[in-house]
Amino acid sequence: MRLTLHVWRQSGPNTAGKLETYPMDGVEADMSFLEMFDMLNDKLTLEGKEPIAFAHDCREGICGSCNMMISGQAHGPWKGATTCQLHMRAFKDGDEIWVEPWRAKAFPMVKDLVVDRSAFDRIIQAGGYVSVNTGGARDANEILIGKEVVDESMDAAACIGCGACVAACPNASASLFTGAKITHLGLLPQGQPERDRRALAMVEQMDIEGFGHCTLTGECQEACPKEISIDVIKRMNRDYAVAAVRYVEPKETAGAG
Amino acid sequence: MIELNSNIPAGPVEQKWDKHRFDMKLVNPANKRKYDVIVVGAGLAGASAAATMAELGYNVSCFVFHDSPRRAHSIAAQGGINAAKNYQNDGDSVQRLFYDTVKGGDFRAREANVYRLAQVSVNIIDQCVAQGVPFAREYGGLLANRSFGGAQVSRTFYARGQTGQQLLLGAYQALERQIALGKVKMHTHAEMLDVVVVDGRARGIVVRNLLTGEVTAHSADAVVLATGGYGNVFFLSTNAMYANVTAAWRAHKKGAAFANPCYTQIHPTCIPVSGEHQSKLTLMSESLRNDGRVWVPKKQGDNRAPSQIPESERDYFLERKYPSFGNLAPRDIASRAAKEACDDGRGVGPGGLGVYLDFAESIKRLGQKTISERYGNLFDMYQRITDENPYQLPMRIYPAVHYTMGGTWVDYNLMSTVPGLHVIGEANFSDHGANRLGASALMQGLADGYFVLPYTIGNYLAGVKPEKVDVTTHPAFTDAVRAVKAQGEQLLNIKGKRTVDSFHKELGKIMWDKCGMARSREGLQEALVEIPKLREEFWRNVNVPGSGASLNQSLEKAGRVADYLELGELMCRDALHREESCGGHFRVEYQEDGEAKRNDEEFAYVAAWEWTGDGQPQRLHKEPLVYENVKMATRSYK
Amino acid sequence: MSYLARFWDSTIGKKFVMAITGIVGVLFVLGHMSGNLLMFKGAEAMHEYALLLRTSMPLLWAARGGLIVAVLLHALAAYQLTQRSNAARPQQYAKTAPQVTTFAAKTIRWGGVLLLAFIVFHILHMTLGQVAAPGFVHLDPYNNVRQGLANPLVAGFYVLAIGALGLHLYHGTWAVFRTLGIARPTPTPLKRRLSVVLAAAVVLGFAAIPIGALAGAFPDAPSPVMAEGH
Repeated sequence: MRLTLHVWRQSGPNTAGKLETYPMDGVEADMSFLEMFDMLNDKLTLEGKEPIAFAHDCREGICGSCNMMISGQAHGPWKGATTCQLHMRAFKDGDEIWVEPWRAKAFPMVKDLVVDRSAFDRIIQAGGYVSVNTGGARDANEILIGKEVVDESMDAAACIGCGACVAACPNASASLFTGAKITHLGLLPQGQPERDRRALAMVEQMDIEGFGHCTLTGECQEACPKEISIDVIKRMNRDYAVAAVRYVEPKETAGAG
Repeated sequence: MIELNSNIPAGPVEQKWDKHRFDMKLVNPANKRKYDVIVVGAGLAGASAAATMAELGYNVSCFVFHDSPRRAHSIAAQGGINAAKNYQNDGDSVQRLFYDTVKGGDFRAREANVYRLAQVSVNIIDQCVAQGVPFAREYGGLLANRSFGGAQVSRTFYARGQTGQQLLLGAYQALERQIALGKVKMHTHAEMLDVVVVDGRARGIVVRNLLTGEVTAHSADAVVLATGGYGNVFFLSTNAMYANVTAAWRAHKKGAAFANPCYTQIHPTCIPVSGEHQSKLTLMSESLRNDGRVWVPKKQGDNRAPSQIPESERDYFLERKYPSFGNLAPRDIASRAAKEACDDGRGVGPGGLGVYLDFAESIKRLGQKTISERYGNLFDMYQRITDENPYQLPMRIYPAVHYTMGGTWVDYNLMSTVPGLHVIGEANFSDHGANRLGASALMQGLADGYFVLPYTIGNYLAGVKPEKVDVTTHPAFTDAVRAVKAQGEQLLNIKGKRTVDSFHKELGKIMWDKCGMARSREGLQEALVEIPKLREEFWRNVNVPGSGASLNQSLEKAGRVADYLELGELMCRDALHREESCGGHFRVEYQEDGEAKRNDEEFAYVAAWEWTGDGQPQRLHKEPLVYENVKMATRSYK
Repeated sequence: MSYLARFWDSTIGKKFVMAITGIVGVLFVLGHMSGNLLMFKGAEAMHEYALLLRTSMPLLWAARGGLIVAVLLHALAAYQLTQRSNAARPQQYAKTAPQVTTFAAKTIRWGGVLLLAFIVFHILHMTLGQVAAPGFVHLDPYNNVRQGLANPLVAGFYVLAIGALGLHLYHGTWAVFRTLGIARPTPTPLKRRLSVVLAAAVVLGFAAIPIGALAGAFPDAPSPVMAEGH
């Protein structure tokens, strides 16, 4: 099939970028969207032009690297799929496709379609973990967790950190990402001791990074390749509010003697 | 010349690790912070090792070429992780996991390592659960298990089809916690391009920042490589696009012996290739074989739709050939059986390169809802790629390169032949022998990272004084930086006519045809002529556009393909020298009734290859494998 | 105070403030609407309603103060969050294709501005009788409304504002439970039942008055204030 691509090209963080148009021919329905980009890049290379930089790695929808805004939809038109899982049979001959990077202040531009998503790492650093050092764990079956609870926790834990939620959100909010981690750990017994601290610290970091707020448009849930529910945002809000009221920083007196 | 000393502790196998832990030297807690350790890679092995060593008090620097440590390819592991918990009361034990793994590896793994792996497997599950990994559970709240290939007990723990992801996120979160505490300095977008050896010890690395092109040196008291496997030498594999051998290969060139490079795992259940444009292959978890039945038509060239082929005209070849393990035969066996059926002209789908994995009976028995609960995400994935609905039509699957059992040679302490250079996870060779069982890769990566290396590296560090090297003036570092820069410039200046990928694809085809599922003397000899020729053309005719001073994905790829072009040759040489069939290494000359024929008299050893210089063949060293606890026998899954 | 300041400073804290002040607003709107509907009972009923509200003046002023504070906080938080949201995406997409956003969600900010302007107008118009209020008589709401809405332009503005209020409630009352984290988990979180009913009821209940006024549903009536000789 023939397609017309409009792809965002920008040589670096501090230069101006623009949409370049590339006519494509010989695209096959069985190709993945990224394989079409491979084809385009091969062509550009042989023409002596610089290929388009784009993030990708596993190409099976789990590493969270790929991030294309495809004609206004994060990861393109297929629900519950990443860009690398999108196949060209989603399009038809003669289609025009716009490809842009995720756009958010908290995701600074790197090059072409590549942006810096390290803000997500810093949100996790703020508290997205259970503080247990290696070696001290008790037997795994001593902690009883009902199937329903662990399933709900797993739904949230499925987040791949791709940033589609931010990209699709009209406010560039990271609420779905942050809420997913707070929900994953907040539902489990292992996550209880640090639940308040975690919610406070992660939400604060999310704000520091410059993400917007949640207006519950539902766009994130729709764009999420793992179909994480906005229920996780509800949990984050509640956990944050409860923590804001009841959490008191511990006094620095422990360990005396 | 290197010397192989496996440093396996003396004594009965069940006591080796305990005894060794007592015998090893310790670093005083106050002194740990004086030692710098570099970890390259942050997959399961790297992240767990970096986090655990930081918890112990070492100063850790961690380098990854991804934008975040959460992207490592461990994340793609689907099915599960083994552990000898015996929660199902079905007769599992450390001894049984040990035995299954040694047997699964076709008696080419080191007994002592495997036993230790089975011992610590139980701690891994405890640790991961404590971190909040949401393993599947029963209604009563206890952990659930599933069965996997090569085992007759249910010992595989899983988190839907995303076990690798959940385990990696556990390790990643532990790592991020240490980063926040200032105990780990994280370097992202940093690709390791050389190991620096000073006075015979690994003292640092050279990395290129993939965003700025800047090449920098970093020093430490010990270096740990956790850089994964090299399956991408085949171009098409289930590995992620960026997975590569470069770190391990550059270490090899600095003196680390490379062991058993020809042991490649071909995974039986992948989605078949659909066309020339294909960039990678997608795995369908082995767990599918719990409920799916593998078959081909009995008649050659039978083009009828699968539903039109009556039961009596189907050949459920795994159930027929291996009645006691059936569809759960180990990966190498299942792959070879599929290849045999296709070679026999009974393959299905385009080009006849596929066999059916049929769920019709399970759906009838358990209902679509149960099947969808168990494998829903895999079924969706399959449908997206093939445009066929596996609830209605049987899946078409074909074997694909998935994992490499070979890797950098390490001793019992996970240290390579370069003192101070430790190698963990898939990057080393130690635990899987000639074939890895399903759900054992996650187990090994985490065993190395959480429970083995943090002890054994202390033993090494306790024997050396913590001292800094000035990376800006020490000739070993400045030379290495210069060499790395020179290679980049050389690649950019060739300005030839062919893309990097075209070389990679051509190499991959040679490897798949001649060093893939079935290898012959003739084919390997041809490959040993073709690969050097291709390498020569690469260095003359490759086209790497752009500059080295910014993000340049072609340049990154070119450096990796350059290394594959050397590794591929070594793999073929190793495959040619090993005149037997074992596990993933199947030589057509050595078989009996279609089954692999091992030669324990002559080949019960680890082949460790020493780099002897550019263009020179590597020198072979042998580490004999001694089996004191498991009797070597012909592997039978019948 | 520091923890309150911290809470107010966070985006979620501001959303909480908006949610709680929003609930205050919804309760007020429902009360106000029930009162309004007394228009159909006649001038006497409306007058008694006005007196009822004045049973205790301190209480009335407390309620008014509370409402004003709620509206101001709601608007302030909305303003600040909008500023943050604009800053969060300095470069816009060339192509956008929202999938599930509702018209109500998209227009909620400008709708809010419209409502704020309306509230000011409405107080000047119906409470103080300063603007577009011919023959305004204190404590005679029936005739004030009847005459005040006789002007089609004014009535039109009322209907427009009521429309904005309906959209505001359609998104807001659904979102409020999620913002406060008290909605039940559901596989279809975007489905809204309560908010549709509520928004429809409020729109119908309120719009009945200006439309009724234009349609002549409220006949002339002697002012109860005069009758009582106030």
